[in-house]
Amino acid sequence: MSHLRFMKELNNLTRMDETIKGPTPRWQKKCMETSNLSINLSLNSSKKITSNSFTSSATGKTPTKRSDCKTKKTPSKSTRKSPSRVTPAKTPNGGDRFIPSRATTNFELSHYKILQQQNEQNGDKANISPTKREMQRLMGENLHGGDINNIRVLSYQVKAPAPPEGYQNPLKVLYSQTKTPASARASTRYIPQAADRILDAPEIIDDYYLNLVDWSTSNILAVGLGADVYLWNAGTGTIEQLFELDANDYVCSVAWIQEGPCLAVGTTEGNTELWDCSQMRRMRVMNGHTSRVGSLAWNSHILTSGSRLGKIVHHDVRQRDHLISTINAHAQEVCGLKWSLDGQYLASGGNDNMLHIWQSITGRNSSQPIYSFNQHQAAVKALAWCPWQNNVLASGGGACLNAIDTKSQVCALLWSGNYKEIISGHGYAQNQVTIWKYPSMTKVTDLIGHTSRVLHLAMSPDGTTVLSAGADETLRLWKCFQMDPHKKKESSDIKSVASRLKQSIR
Amino acid sequence: MTETQQKAKCITLKGSAELVTQYLLYGVNSILYQRGIYPPETFQPSEHFGLYIFTSTDDKITSFLNTVLGQVQEWLIQRKVHKITLVITNVNTKEVLEKWDFKVDYEDQKTNGINSNVKADLSEVETKDMKTIQKEIREVIRQITGTVSFLPLLDCLCSFDILTYTVPDCDIPNQWDETQPVFIANSQEVQLRSFSTSIHKMDTVVSYKNT
Repeated sequence: MSHLRFMKELNNLTRMDETIKGPTPRWQKKCMETSNLSINLSLNSSKKITSNSFTSSATGKTPTKRSDCKTKKTPSKSTRKSPSRVTPAKTPNGGDRFIPSRATTNFELSHYKILQQQNEQNGDKANISPTKREMQRLMGENLHGGDINNIRVLSYQVKAPAPPEGYQNPLKVLYSQTKTPASARASTRYIPQAADRILDAPEIIDDYYLNLVDWSTSNILAVGLGADVYLWNAGTGTIEQLFELDANDYVCSVAWIQEGPCLAVGTTEGNTELWDCSQMRRMRVMNGHTSRVGSLAWNSHILTSGSRLGKIVHHDVRQRDHLISTINAHAQEVCGLKWSLDGQYLASGGNDNMLHIWQSITGRNSSQPIYSFNQHQAAVKALAWCPWQNNVLASGGGACLNAIDTKSQVCALLWSGNYKEIISGHGYAQNQVTIWKYPSMTKVTDLIGHTSRVLHLAMSPDGTTVLSAGADETLRLWKCFQMDPHKKKESSDIKSVASRLKQSIR
Repeated sequence: MTETQQKAKCITLKGSAELVTQYLLYGVNSILYQRGIYPPETFQPSEHFGLYIFTSTDDKITSFLNTVLGQVQEWLIQRKVHKITLVITNVNTKEVLEKWDFKVDYEDQKTNGINSNVKADLSEVETKDMKTIQKEIREVIRQITGTVSFLPLLDCLCSFDILTYTVPDCDIPNQWDETQPVFIANSQEVQLRSFSTSIHKMDTVVSYKNT
């Protein structure tokens, strides 16, 4: 049936073209076309569906996109029949002196619009079948919740403000925490109980208040042994001696800058030295303390050092006057010092059993802590910020760890981003390294091997290996956070890129 | 029955519009809080309808809501508004992520035979216990709070806007303008409870992007 009608339309069209001689103006052609009722009818029915989208949304979908316009309603489209094609001077795309460019005009749409207007004037709306109209109405009601022509959508033009820049939806925690059930994977993982490797560390000073081990992002481990600083390249296994201090001095702390070969070394004299380890030479010596510098922390170009007298000094290593500020933070020796990964907060722990959190306001550092915690019963040395939640800090001091009694001294703490676990180094009686699940704080395993207390912990840049430095003059490497081979490609590298970006922006 | 007693039991058109506006205000505020669109520090709890509801303390947000809902209240009295839509869009891409429709029905317009004779003399006064209405509102707001459990996380900076669907002969007030209705492609709809003041009936529907 429809096939027959189509044939009839084609016949009509060809007949019409025969009667027209020479190029007639477009508007005349349109008039003639509208007089041809059958074309009108089919056009109307095929196009009526789109009428809603024309009136309701200004997206301007042209009818050309439609696949169903095979009825050839515009003369410009039809290649054989239109006279305008025969005379190239009149092609719609060429333009003339009145309308220089016709490329921007949508002829098919305008033609359709004219047709539609005429149809409405003629009042032949009745041409669409009642079922079709009913369907259109229902579609409109479904989409708009009512007949769109009877509704006015109004909004107040002074809009509500957007949330502050950098704000993150706090619900994210709610959604992400349930995604990885914390305890499910723990039991299945194999953790080697013996150390992967044991290195000799002769003359390592058995002093709880020092920080003598640091592992850089370029996989070089710096260890302060007595008066010497040694660099152990974990990739190649080569050992280099960086320097040796004078007879009575000893190294109190070492800290790598986040990026690059720069190592900060705190000494007994109260000086902080900066070493370029790629060229093995000293870059500068910064004073500021009158007693030994037992803890160091980097925050991009800011080096923060804590001394035996409880002072915290911020150095800007780029400037000639490197001293930014000095804070009398603790009553006794500062033994733990860590910047949060986003560089916003500094946590400092002291021998006075206090833990302070300081806020860094870009440019200047305030002299009052924003938080102080006095729950610790002994010196707070072990501090670690959670790598995946910016606002969580783990602190260990004396024999307490996050309100968990570990029954021994906590010397060092680290977070494992791979498994969302905390690893802690302990002293008497077992001298063990313990892995805890976070946030459930259930013990995963003990790694026993040291014969004296575990003073320091460091993690390899890939997060798989933990180095523990014991007072028994050994460094033990534990491969306790080995990644599953099939989930190795996960986002650990992406994460590190993001944090690097953050640091460079500041 | 004395006149005062009667007053206490009645609800006028004006009072109903005010109640509906209050519901909208606290509903919108609790959506903004529950969906984490603005930092939770900027919200303060206060008791309404027997519930602790977090309302924004941001001056700009409160003044925006007061202006818009004040206008809506006027239209409710004039029976000019069909629907109020809270639209949540991504700030950066302008994509509509979530849409809360509050549909208004004017109950006394459809005269049902039950109390049509009463309507003849008190055309704008209805009798429904205030406590029942408040209980119904409380249940809807509780449901809004509960939607957090199934709605997807809005993991980007989002802002909101309020669209009002009015009758076509409604005049546009100063600083208001006509806009387009919004759609969410491939959306999922959840109908919440409805409440009625016996003059206005309020349906709450949330639609969100199906992920």
